[in-house]
Amino acid sequence: MDPNFLWVLSGSVLLGTSSGAIGAFAVLRKRSLLGDVLAHAALPGVCLAFMLTGAKELFPLLVGAALTGYLGVKCIDAITRWSRIKEDTALGIVLTVFFGIGVMLLTAIQHSGAGNQAGLDTFLFGQAASLVGRDVVVIAVAATMLLLAVALFFKEFKLLCFDRGFGEGLGFPMRQIDNLLMALIVMAVILGLQAVGVVLMAAMLITPAVAARYWTERLDVMVLLSALFGGLSGMAGAVVSALGPRLPTGPLIVLAATGIFLISLVAAPRRGLVAKTLRYLGTRRKVARENLLRDVYEQHELSFDGTGVASDALQGIELDRVIGESSSPGRRSRLRVAQALAKEGLLRLELTGETWICSLTPRGLQAAWDVVRRHRLWELYLTHKADLKADHVDRDADDIEHFLTPDLVARLERLLEEHHQGPRIWPSVHPLDELRR
Amino acid sequence: MDSYDLAIIVTGALVAGSCGFIGSFLILRGMALLGDAISHSVLLGIVLAFLITGDTSIVPMFVGALIFGLLTAVMVQALNRGGVEGDAATGVTFTAFFALGVVLLTAFAGRVHLDLDHVLYGEIAYVPWDLLYLGDVAIGPKALWTMGIVFLIDLLVVGAFSKEFKICSFDPGMAASLGINVALFHYLMTALVSLTTVAAFESVGAILAVAMLIVPGATAYLLTDSLGRMLGLSVAVGSLSAAGGYLLATWLDSSISGAMAATAGALFLLAFLFSPTHGVISRALARRRVGHRGESMLQ
Amino acid sequence: MHGSEIAIEVHDLSVAYHKRPVIWGIDFELPSGHLVAVVGPNGAGKSTLLKGILGLVPPTSGWVKIHGQPYHKQRRLVGYVPQRESVDWDFPTNALDVVMMGRYGHLGLLRRPGKKERAIAWECLERVGMADFAHRQISQLSGGQQQRVFLARALAQDAQVYLMDEPLAGVDAATEAAILQLLSDLRREGKTVVVVHHDLQTVADYFDWVLLLNMRLVAIGPTQEVFTAENLQKTYGGRLTLLADAAHALSLSR
Repeated sequence: MDPNFLWVLSGSVLLGTSSGAIGAFAVLRKRSLLGDVLAHAALPGVCLAFMLTGAKELFPLLVGAALTGYLGVKCIDAITRWSRIKEDTALGIVLTVFFGIGVMLLTAIQHSGAGNQAGLDTFLFGQAASLVGRDVVVIAVAATMLLLAVALFFKEFKLLCFDRGFGEGLGFPMRQIDNLLMALIVMAVILGLQAVGVVLMAAMLITPAVAARYWTERLDVMVLLSALFGGLSGMAGAVVSALGPRLPTGPLIVLAATGIFLISLVAAPRRGLVAKTLRYLGTRRKVARENLLRDVYEQHELSFDGTGVASDALQGIELDRVIGESSSPGRRSRLRVAQALAKEGLLRLELTGETWICSLTPRGLQAAWDVVRRHRLWELYLTHKADLKADHVDRDADDIEHFLTPDLVARLERLLEEHHQGPRIWPSVHPLDELRR
Repeated sequence: MDSYDLAIIVTGALVAGSCGFIGSFLILRGMALLGDAISHSVLLGIVLAFLITGDTSIVPMFVGALIFGLLTAVMVQALNRGGVEGDAATGVTFTAFFALGVVLLTAFAGRVHLDLDHVLYGEIAYVPWDLLYLGDVAIGPKALWTMGIVFLIDLLVVGAFSKEFKICSFDPGMAASLGINVALFHYLMTALVSLTTVAAFESVGAILAVAMLIVPGATAYLLTDSLGRMLGLSVAVGSLSAAGGYLLATWLDSSISGAMAATAGALFLLAFLFSPTHGVISRALARRRVGHRGESMLQ
Repeated sequence: MHGSEIAIEVHDLSVAYHKRPVIWGIDFELPSGHLVAVVGPNGAGKSTLLKGILGLVPPTSGWVKIHGQPYHKQRRLVGYVPQRESVDWDFPTNALDVVMMGRYGHLGLLRRPGKKERAIAWECLERVGMADFAHRQISQLSGGQQQRVFLARALAQDAQVYLMDEPLAGVDAATEAAILQLLSDLRREGKTVVVVHHDLQTVADYFDWVLLLNMRLVAIGPTQEVFTAENLQKTYGGRLTLLADAAHALSLSR
């Protein structure tokens, strides 16, 4: 293994980690694309520093980058403050114009011959392989400072991102804290330029942070995860880039980060697409089951004149009356739901002659009773308290009944004490003469 | 100045003019950064089109770019709906597409008639030699024709639906209440941006196409209060940037597209300071005059 | 005279944003020729009701008819005035041009506004007392003047039914009087004007009908009958926290 590779690897990991950590705050502070501007605006600074010093020393180049990057940010402020141009356009103007000047200087240097000092154009797409031991020391020191600052000012940054006004009320110097965060973002971007390049630096701040957000609702965990994702991407990018001679590191690191983002988007426990789909299917299943149970119950009520005496529900009724006639839409899916309920012992299905008869088991009755009661409670609430007409409340109750928490049910019961009949089920407020679907 | 210079300047003016024209709407709709994102994303479409068809013909390139331009807009919106804040969604999407484009470009460098420099700076300097032939007769630079046709399409589409684009930009709520399909016009605009960007891409590269999308329009926005004049001015400012940029580049022996962006920036700065109605300095002077008059009235 | 005709008929209209119900089962029939104040606390769904009637937000249930036909067939009969803050007043255009936008619905696709539209726009600007400002860039107008331009644009739509979202928000007293005068004129011409309104003090003075809304319809009818202390208590009393909580539970569960 190339001994230099270890330097490159540690450099990339450090850069990924620190920009990931600070990126979490950049995204939450709604400064996502500021990193993009900073990176692009840094290019002319790098070129100017090179023209002035005549050598490719990392430190002066970084100073130059920081200076023009900062100038770019100030330009955005000035444009939005002094003209009617909106922030997004101002970002675009500064980004492209500074970059254009940078490209102009860069090509001028190259054409003048001095630029065969190659390396300058590695700032465009990053080349971690060009890092040497001395560079990594600079990076290590700066990255440690960054991470330390994030740890020290965690509480203040949290306030800044969440509720700046409240922080001011508490007497925190929010302006200075905002400036500090800004300075840290500048630092992270400038450091990252070597490995990732100006064009894609934005991704190092944004992508790990957005990915981390999918896994947690807590800021501290998010910052840690974001740093971890950034570090992992840096590692993956450096390793893959070492495999081929011509592969720029920047795009590889960004692709690694994008991979982590895609995994998060799909697989994160609560917010991921899989979890969301499962939740959605679960909800749909629950709704379908509860609706069917309620329909069985209400069919009983019809057959027995709606007195709602619980024991009547145990008598059987024709399945077709619950799931619809053979040609009706939705019959097949309702049949499957009925079969699932039967398997679980909530519904009894018996073939009598040519027709299937279904009836609620005692457990099924309990479950149905629960749903029907929630439905009727909600209907009562809508008619008595929200002044809705009786013929409008069924559909609303249909939606809501499945999601009323025990707490809400208890509140409904208290509120409607005068209208309902305690633990018994009372007749519906509207006629039940037709199937809902 | 010979025909070589002229071909470059005219092509550059057409690029900047069409970008500025379409870009004006992006600015007014608050979609400037979507333009930025699209012009990065189209790279992937172009590279994929090359890799699949194996040649540099123009139609697959446009199709590829159009697909990824629209895909960018759709993905940003989808992520946004999923709870990712707008700027972050934009950043995640375009960097991913662009990174993949660059990696494919380098990995298959031998097979693709494109390289990183081309992606960044374009090849406007070679425009005069890449001629379009009608039978055996050369009828002028290919890029000039492509760009000219795209500009014509932009003009025709925007001209035909000018009042729809106008009201969708100014007051989407009212537009919808009149029965105008606001989403349709949003995506139509996205398609025009992709089309224009990919045509410009060849000449000025990915990142500087964005400069031409945003900067001339913003300059024009500071110079006038009428949409029609803003569109005309953005074309004029764009063309001026192209011509000025070319001269600057020849003088400094530097990248032409970089110099065009820098010139556009300089023109913007001029408008920002000295625009008769919206310039910082002109307004300050006007305030001082009013102030003096106020004082003399008091005396 | 449309006196007995029904201008707006709303049946069981419910609207949800991101699965979270905002208005529930709204029913009413509004005879034409009335000036109606839509009144209710913040978050009661007043703007949503207007947008629901206009079909700008998809309803989860119910339907709307304008003069007996579904809205999409009657667009030309309806003029809409959105909230002033909903647009970017830095847009490069002048007052006359904004008013001409009111004619776009009558022009249809591809046709451009011409002399006739210009003349109508001028007339409408004159009616709101803004003819002197026709060529003024819209960002240079005061809030009240901007609101008048919006009203002129609605007039240019030459509608039978007007839906206005807070046209009196943030305007000076003179403009308020002028706008209210204009609204009364419209009513006298037999038009139906529905106005989202915040100032309870002026409801009884200017509006002959009132619609009280708090997530569901509390009451609608002639002001003397409906604008009562009891109904106001029902509207603003905040007894319906349960409705909001249930809507929240519903939005969480999806």
